[in-house]
Amino acid sequence: MTADLAARPADPDTPVDPADPVVALRRRRRRRLTLVVASLVVLLVAFATLALTLGEASLAPGRALAALFGVGSDADVFVVHRLRLPRIETAVLAGASFGLAGAMFQTTLRNPLASPDILGIASGASLGAVTAMLVLGLTGLAVSGAAFVGALLVALAIWVFAWRQGLHSIRFVLVGVGFAYLCSSLLAWLLASVEIRAAQSALVWTVGSVADVRGADLVTFAAAALVLGAGIAAVSRWQGPLALGDDNARALGVPVDAARVTSLLLAVGLVGVATSFVGPLAFVALVAPAIARRLLSDGGAALAVSVLTGAVLVLAADVVGQHLLFGLEAPTGIVTGLIGAPYLLWLLATDRRKRLA
Amino acid sequence: MTDVHRPSAPPARPDATPGPTRDTRQAAPDVTLRAHGVSLGYDGRRVIDGLDLELPAGRVTAIVGPNACGKSTLLRGLARLHPLDGGRVTLGGEDVGGLSRKELAKRVGVLPQSSIAPDGVRVAELVGRGRYPHQGWFGRHSSTDDGAVLRALEATAVADLADRPVSELSGGQRQRVWIAMVLAQETDVVLLDEPTTYLDLAHQVDLLDLLTELNRTRGTTVVMVLHELNLAARYADHLVVMSAGQVVAEGRPGDVLTAASVHAAFGLRAQVVPDPVSGTPLVVPLGRTHDGASR
Repeated sequence: MTADLAARPADPDTPVDPADPVVALRRRRRRRLTLVVASLVVLLVAFATLALTLGEASLAPGRALAALFGVGSDADVFVVHRLRLPRIETAVLAGASFGLAGAMFQTTLRNPLASPDILGIASGASLGAVTAMLVLGLTGLAVSGAAFVGALLVALAIWVFAWRQGLHSIRFVLVGVGFAYLCSSLLAWLLASVEIRAAQSALVWTVGSVADVRGADLVTFAAAALVLGAGIAAVSRWQGPLALGDDNARALGVPVDAARVTSLLLAVGLVGVATSFVGPLAFVALVAPAIARRLLSDGGAALAVSVLTGAVLVLAADVVGQHLLFGLEAPTGIVTGLIGAPYLLWLLATDRRKRLA
Repeated sequence: MTDVHRPSAPPARPDATPGPTRDTRQAAPDVTLRAHGVSLGYDGRRVIDGLDLELPAGRVTAIVGPNACGKSTLLRGLARLHPLDGGRVTLGGEDVGGLSRKELAKRVGVLPQSSIAPDGVRVAELVGRGRYPHQGWFGRHSSTDDGAVLRALEATAVADLADRPVSELSGGQRQRVWIAMVLAQETDVVLLDEPTTYLDLAHQVDLLDLLTELNRTRGTTVVMVLHELNLAARYADHLVVMSAGQVVAEGRPGDVLTAASVHAAFGLRAQVVPDPVSGTPLVVPLGRTHDGASR
């Protein structure tokens, strides 16, 4: 061992042997990442194509693609540009946002169950939106704003109750689960106490749907998601050390409390934005990062891949919900719940691995 | 292992002569860690009050003491894992509190008591996370990082496990991997909080041999909190005995570990005899049922 130490050229400029196990492992990981990203992009394109072609006015892929670039009959162009494309874009944006926010929650709190839908942050957004509609009589962007405020308020409340000389992940999760129940109870009470037609119109905020976001709303959604996504990219380097435990992260030079607060704040913002446009979309924030981590399984946060798995999941759920449910049309959030819940059960049943070193 | 009791002047080390190995000590001449009137506690309850201590550079120091005597808290305070209630810690005369966390992480490596290996992480990847303080904000792994990781893997004899998931390793291997991660930080000082806990005796000895070799070959200053008195006495150049938040005795193990100091710190009656292998003090406890008289 001592001989090894002395023999190893320690000059940092010396090129490292390509047979070096460290370099070899990293190259293999990079190939795996490329493969995973490429496969997810192919899936995304495939579902987007399906979403463009399927529908009451069925378009062949060639015609749909032509219409996408403004070529073809006015009807085709209208259907593609005004009806189907915004819906696809909304699904991709929403899925990407929930996927990324979920990945941030789970790695920052070091708990695969700590996603914003389990922690009541999504229910906070629903409660905010429904309160705005049914109690305050607001409409349009004001409802979205109320959803955003609802998400932030719940996150803040969890914070206040969970903070005890730092933010401890188990406390945060338990307090969050408590708030999730509180919000859904209030929501149920609110819906039960108003006229049935009003409750029907508020239902989308409790289930989630990507059907009705277009034009200026879509641009606002995209801009907000991009800004928060860029913020998350900027702080993503903290996630590696944070995953090793608070002490290790501090010892490696990460300001743990500041890192956790910033990361969660950005993730809460992203959930708030996404929920304020499409409603809660059950399980996406929980499941998309879990799938992403499984696909890579390198112990990393899998943030970029969670963006893609989230987008594929929501787009696929929307295609299934619109066209493949035996003639019934189901809101996206119901389909993601139908896919997500069994996956969660499977995950819990198979995940026996110990997480403590 | 027979030269544990060295004279107080720094001994010549195998790699002190000019050679291919980078001598990190040239860049950092003084890495003496000192606690100046340090106070530490939890929730307002003082564990350590106004403690002064010097941890000699280039040596292996072991801190021992009974449960809840504050030895781990002290180590955490020295490593800035726990905020100081009072006093200050200096590294080579420089106030540690004035350094950024990342700057400190380039100079002092820490192996805390509990560490979490993320699901699926492989040995070389986990060790690579030790490079964090050396990487920029958008830093990717450079060949400098690769070299440091490989050297750390080889120094801890886990290079052949580089590709294995950490979760599949035995306890002894896993602890070596965590030490490799700390070594990849390439610091002059390494602090370890009970690194031998959960290891069987053979692996405890193996790990302490490894730390001693690192000290001898790299000149790394090693400071560790240990439970096992006899191993501490054998492997430490400098022994610190703590009790109730205070240093009861410190110095060379042969001078420090006596029947009187063991009784003062642990409330345990014991005979202290020379270790037949290393000549260092060996604590043979007496108890209620074996008091040395009923034989």
